[in-house]
Amino acid sequence: MSSRVSRHRGADTTTLVVHVENKAGVLARVAGLFARRGFNIESLAVAPTDDERFSRLTIVVGVSSAPMEQVVKQLDKLVNVVEIQELNPASSIERELMMATVRAEPEIRGQILDLVRIFQATVLNVGQDEIMVSLTGSLNRVDDFEDLLRPYGIVDVQRTGKVALPKLSKTTPDPLISN
Amino acid sequence: MKMNGGQALMKALENEGVDILFGLPGGAILPVYDPLLDSSIRHVLVRHEQGAGHMAEGYAHATGQPGVAMVTSGPAATNIVTPLCDAYMDSIPMVVVTGQVPYAAIGTDAFQECDTTGITMAVTKHNYLVSEAADIPQVIHDAFHIATTGRPGPVLVDIPKDIVDPNNPRSALDWYTPQGHDLPGYNPNLSGDPEQIRQAAKLICAAERPVLYTGGGILKARAAEALRELAELTGIFVVTTLMNRGGFPDEHPLCLGMPGMHGNYTAVTAMQEADLLIALGARFDDRVTGKVDGFAPQAKVIHVDIDSAELGKVRRPDVAIQGDCRLVIEDLLQVLRADGGVDTQPDRSQWRTRISGWQERFPLTYKQSKPDELLKMQYVLEQLRDSTPDDTIVASGVGQHQMWTSQYWKFNHPYTWVNSGGLGTMGFAIPAAIGAKAGRPDRMVWAVDGDGCFQMTAQELVTATTEGFPIKVALMNNAYLGMVRQWQEMFYEERYSEVYLDRDVPDYKKWAEALGCVGIRVESPEEVQPAIDKANEVDDRPVVVEFRCEAEENVFPMVPSGKTNSEVVVDPSQQDRPR
Repeated sequence: MSSRVSRHRGADTTTLVVHVENKAGVLARVAGLFARRGFNIESLAVAPTDDERFSRLTIVVGVSSAPMEQVVKQLDKLVNVVEIQELNPASSIERELMMATVRAEPEIRGQILDLVRIFQATVLNVGQDEIMVSLTGSLNRVDDFEDLLRPYGIVDVQRTGKVALPKLSKTTPDPLISN
Repeated sequence: MKMNGGQALMKALENEGVDILFGLPGGAILPVYDPLLDSSIRHVLVRHEQGAGHMAEGYAHATGQPGVAMVTSGPAATNIVTPLCDAYMDSIPMVVVTGQVPYAAIGTDAFQECDTTGITMAVTKHNYLVSEAADIPQVIHDAFHIATTGRPGPVLVDIPKDIVDPNNPRSALDWYTPQGHDLPGYNPNLSGDPEQIRQAAKLICAAERPVLYTGGGILKARAAEALRELAELTGIFVVTTLMNRGGFPDEHPLCLGMPGMHGNYTAVTAMQEADLLIALGARFDDRVTGKVDGFAPQAKVIHVDIDSAELGKVRRPDVAIQGDCRLVIEDLLQVLRADGGVDTQPDRSQWRTRISGWQERFPLTYKQSKPDELLKMQYVLEQLRDSTPDDTIVASGVGQHQMWTSQYWKFNHPYTWVNSGGLGTMGFAIPAAIGAKAGRPDRMVWAVDGDGCFQMTAQELVTATTEGFPIKVALMNNAYLGMVRQWQEMFYEERYSEVYLDRDVPDYKKWAEALGCVGIRVESPEEVQPAIDKANEVDDRPVVVEFRCEAEENVFPMVPSGKTNSEVVVDPSQQDRPR
């Protein structure tokens, strides 16, 4: 990542949801395919589905690396790949979880707690000079939160990568979706 | 029926119709070699595991049936990686069984352990590490299904020793005959979309300068008959890529032969000047297209391929049809006939005139050597071609001799050309010829090999001798890595770097005799014919005929790397002719 800010905002990416058979080595097959065909993975989230025979991968792919059609078709050739959906941000709900440990000397801790309140984030752990917080939200919101924390000094940060599901047909009105 | 994993593996292979297995035993696969003794399957003991892989490929090339190889773990598995990659690139149906250290020892750097499935993931269509003996019957059934359907390819099955070792309780299973396949992510689609096929018919009927660009998919789909019907119905000229030599008869008036880097001028130029390319089971390989940006600039493209990932990978088609070549061509024939569309094709006499003009001005050519001079490979190949039955199977290595064989041979039957196209594996010819002979014992099988190639896999002639495969080898000794020498001459200012092999070392005649073959040496043109006649008479053991060839001869035509096909370099004697 070249920039220290806004890693996702405006990035040229596409999100693929890939259903795979939940078998040993499947992740290596997918990752290996991306590597040898020169496709870039921006983020990757994997977990079994409610049907334990299958896993669901949410892969954010850098679209500058290859035509998305080739990525999808090559993925589809993997015997263990069952289904691939390309998720359009407008018709899906996307979330990411971030955990971060931030420098927080007692005199500035209040400022960080303000940010936690504003973003509806959570305090997970508090130390002498540091505080651990987490936030689940849209990628933009997580980006914003991380950007605002950065000046205080981020000691450790882990983001899960995007997960997403398609929007339902009779969707709740937008204001109910906290962005 | 109670049995152990080793017995189940042999039974599973028998059930898939396997009658011959190329392999070499070792520690981890030992328990499987015991039930082999009780099996109906013939085993061919190779001298190097790479040989087993290429033999399985040669067998598959010649018969259309999947080739099967079995080797042990570790170094044996790594030795067979090259054939796997070769088969992957050329879509050869092949199943390779490898031994593995006991399941519990995996990951401990055990003796002769290597991560075989990890290493071969990128060079197989699919691979398996089998964890339970009970999985063996189903995995073998699935492996053959995957290797032979859709776009064919190699499948590897890695089998830990404990699940095949009768002394280990983990090897016990109840035999079952697998019913079908549980492969939710694998459903190869065979028939083409009817609307796209109608669109293709329309383009064909409107084209003034169409060319059928036919690749290995024709042979894989057993579509040679259908292709011939299509060509004859429409009167469209056919180019046959390196992977489809024999897929359309060279002696057919509509056949233009091989296109590409060393294709003949007419095939290269007809594609380049075409207004429609009908690509059937071909993948727009860089050796065919030359510089892609300048390839067939005026052509619309119909692309038919079993692998949808090939459609649009290199060149965006105007009509893309995913499907089996034979089924798609048959559907296309129906549409062309039904609408009477084929009668509305424009008059293409001008196009035919241009093509015959190129054929007259730029035939393949070489200057024959004088009686006491070293041989021209082209001359040897012409003599060999004219002195062997029309259905002779020819296997080749990789390099100048390969290009000249493809250029000068007349392939009039499918499955008579066995070669390494995509990967360009030197040393392919001898083991592949053995595999082809194993599959087609009724046919004469010649391997055309270079001296560089020969030194890579000659040990398999021992296999040929001891296992009774009387193949014939035309060893073209030009004392050089000839194609590399040619590139250094043309593109590196004749600065020859590490390409001279040696004219006299090894002594190929003696070496051939030591391997149990008849060895013949030919040093001047008048000896060529008698030597071929003598070789053709030998049927009880392999023959190696060393043809001592001139080193400075270059393969023409040639499209230099990075140039467009319009910049094809013709034989020096033809350079002043109008194009």
